[in-house]
Amino acid sequence: MSTTNPHSDAPTEAVSSPVDRARVRRRSKQRRRVANVAGLMASLVLTGSLYSVFAPAQAADDTTSESAAEAAGRELYERSCITCHGENLEGEPNRGPSLIGVGEAAVYFQVHTGRMPLVRQEADAPDKPTIFSDEEIDQLMAYVQANGGGPTLPSGDLRDGDLAEGGELFRLNCASCHNFVGEGGALSSGKAAPSLKDTSDTELYAAMLTGPENMPVFGDNQLTPDEKRSIINYVQTVKFQADPGGAGVGRIGPVAEGLVVWVVGISVLMFGIFWMGSKA
Amino acid sequence: MAATATAPGAPTSRLGKAATELDDRLIVAGPVRRTLNKVFPDHWSFLLGEIALYCFIILLLSGTYLTFFFDATMIEVQYDGQYDPLRGTEMSGAYASALDLSFDVRGGLFMRQLHHWAALLFVASIVVHLLRIFFTGAFRRPRESNWLIGVVMLVLSLLMGVTGYSLPDDLLSGTGLRIISAILLSIPVIGTWAHFAIFNGDYVGEQIIGRFYIAHVLIFPAILLALIAVHLLILVKQKHTQFPGPGRTEHNVVGNRLFPTFAGKATGLMLVVFGVCTALAGLVQINPVWLWGPYNPAQVSAASQPDWYIGFLDGSTRIFPAWDINLPGDYTIPALFWPTVVVAGTMFTVLALYPMIERKVTKDTASHHLLQRPRDVPVRTSLGMMGLTFYFWLMVAGGNDVIADKFDISLNAMTWIGRIGVIVLPPIVYTITYRICLGLQQHDREVLEHGIETGVIRRLPHGEFIEVHQPLGPVDEHGHGQLAYGGAPVPKRMNHVGGARRAIRGFFSPIEQPSAVELEQRGEGRGLAAGEASRELTTSGRPSDGGRPSDGGRPQDARD
Repeated sequence: MSTTNPHSDAPTEAVSSPVDRARVRRRSKQRRRVANVAGLMASLVLTGSLYSVFAPAQAADDTTSESAAEAAGRELYERSCITCHGENLEGEPNRGPSLIGVGEAAVYFQVHTGRMPLVRQEADAPDKPTIFSDEEIDQLMAYVQANGGGPTLPSGDLRDGDLAEGGELFRLNCASCHNFVGEGGALSSGKAAPSLKDTSDTELYAAMLTGPENMPVFGDNQLTPDEKRSIINYVQTVKFQADPGGAGVGRIGPVAEGLVVWVVGISVLMFGIFWMGSKA
Repeated sequence: MAATATAPGAPTSRLGKAATELDDRLIVAGPVRRTLNKVFPDHWSFLLGEIALYCFIILLLSGTYLTFFFDATMIEVQYDGQYDPLRGTEMSGAYASALDLSFDVRGGLFMRQLHHWAALLFVASIVVHLLRIFFTGAFRRPRESNWLIGVVMLVLSLLMGVTGYSLPDDLLSGTGLRIISAILLSIPVIGTWAHFAIFNGDYVGEQIIGRFYIAHVLIFPAILLALIAVHLLILVKQKHTQFPGPGRTEHNVVGNRLFPTFAGKATGLMLVVFGVCTALAGLVQINPVWLWGPYNPAQVSAASQPDWYIGFLDGSTRIFPAWDINLPGDYTIPALFWPTVVVAGTMFTVLALYPMIERKVTKDTASHHLLQRPRDVPVRTSLGMMGLTFYFWLMVAGGNDVIADKFDISLNAMTWIGRIGVIVLPPIVYTITYRICLGLQQHDREVLEHGIETGVIRRLPHGEFIEVHQPLGPVDEHGHGQLAYGGAPVPKRMNHVGGARRAIRGFFSPIEQPSAVELEQRGEGRGLAAGEASRELTTSGRPSDGGRPSDGGRPQDARD
């Protein structure tokens, strides 16, 4: 549309006559007015549409902005979690905590280790076979993350850390409940720190990040991501390390050893002296 | 033993000549002969103390090997050995050398494990030996001194254990050391000074490992060795006790000569003990210090336990209420004082003084060389079981967190199980034991009076069924046995008295043909099987067969 270009015809009009010139001036004033209004309208529309694009999700209409994964997650949530964690993840008194702000990491840990959904309310939630498939867990994670945010799962090699430093940090931060090498231990009133025997790297990381059950949260200010990776490296290395001294008897030290001495050692010796006694 | 070959006339063999030459100079033939001919009574339970002795020998040997490589220093070093997960970690020299012993020294890990397993077995066998002495009354006059020495050796072996446990300076042993320090501090008045004297200042200082090391490898073993020597010399001088039985009196010893029978058995047992210890050391891991990590007072692990023999003190501490006694003037007796110093002190004092207490109470001051069967002294047996229950329950409480974890029980419930059990269970066990003792006594008397139940049921002419009883000896006109109870086991089954054919020889598997044995027995005409045809079964263990049938077969009340 070259004819609408003011520069194409303006010079010809400008050189015609003074009367024309005045008319042109009047016309350009009118034009400016129209342009101003149009610009204002355009910027308003732009701002509005920009706002609608960048605005936080919850401000937008649910039915239109929720992704497929989130929708599937919502469906799972409403089927399996809503009883204790509430309609809007706000939690229910005496049943379950609020999930606002726990993040996908907490969802991953709780659901992937089978702790959630809970079978019944008791001292703590034991791990059990996972109920949801990996895809469903992803959907639940997306839903909870989308509706409250919080810590997210890490990526990359989670064992990328210093082994010896990991051991030192483990003994300092973890051993008081999980035992020297993660065999687990009892806590008060029927609660327990679980054994780390079957725990994956990601679960370890998510547990440190979110502090499930009685575990404290080890945020990135308490243990940096590198330190977390060191701890994971130590736990997983020691776990799969052979026992050079023979049968490990649970790796829990004196209680198991005392049992071995009485049940095996003394029994065998008693048998030995009985045998000798019969040889009189 | 060529030295004993002192045949009349000049010896002809080369060995004999050499022995004569030796005897001419040392004059040993007489004493050696006397020693080799010394008679030891034979019973399997008399070998329990020997197990402890052989464990001690293993401990001396393996411990000596460990001293070649262990470095009892608390100087901080940076680990640079084989074990990857600790490389670069700051630790004490003692811990570093314990790691080197485990990973870099040839045979070091095996020796460490052998030493530790033998130590656990050492204390365990002492306890079992002590129980045998206690329940059979072997501590009675004139053997009170040996009992006392034994209790002192038990305490010493616990101290050996505690000091040895602390030496590697790992996170587990350091936690134990912290508790030792707290126990010392809890003693009223002298606690702080005792702590300063032992640790050379406040916890943990730089001295304690070195001091414990000398105590562990020199002072305690030396005392223990001396006491073992005295223990055995007194045993030889006083002669070993024996169980009552045919031909055994307070004035003789029936058994085997030292050589060859007893020496053979002792050697065999030593090899068995060595075998068990080395098998455990080679097959089962004990105290993996590399997993515990270096000691750091800021760290502690769940399930930090002492070795089993200190478990009872850990247990008493775990279940004792937190009753601090606050005295005026900022003085406190911490709750820890009662379950550790007081409980242990009381237990070992009562144990040490028990022979004297029993002598006072029973007024039995005679010398005894014959042992008692536990059932014949029900009060002592029940007291012993009661004490054992108390001890055992404390030990269980010492592992209550592991039990809570493994069996999914609340730790709080375990604490209360410990508290209630330690008070309620001992009296219950006392009562039950007492009843069992009386029951066993009465059964002995019943068998002596009425004979052994043969299992043969006989129908009398008037239709009554009776079980035929086999009297153990001559019977009076009522059919009652006249044998008195002599403190020895009473045969309770027919094959104890040769009623059936004799047992087939062989401990693990028969070493003779059963059919051959049966034929042999038939030939001898012994036992029920052989004599069935010719013998008439008439004895029923009731007032003679002519008595009133309504009394048949029932045990009679004792009339004497």
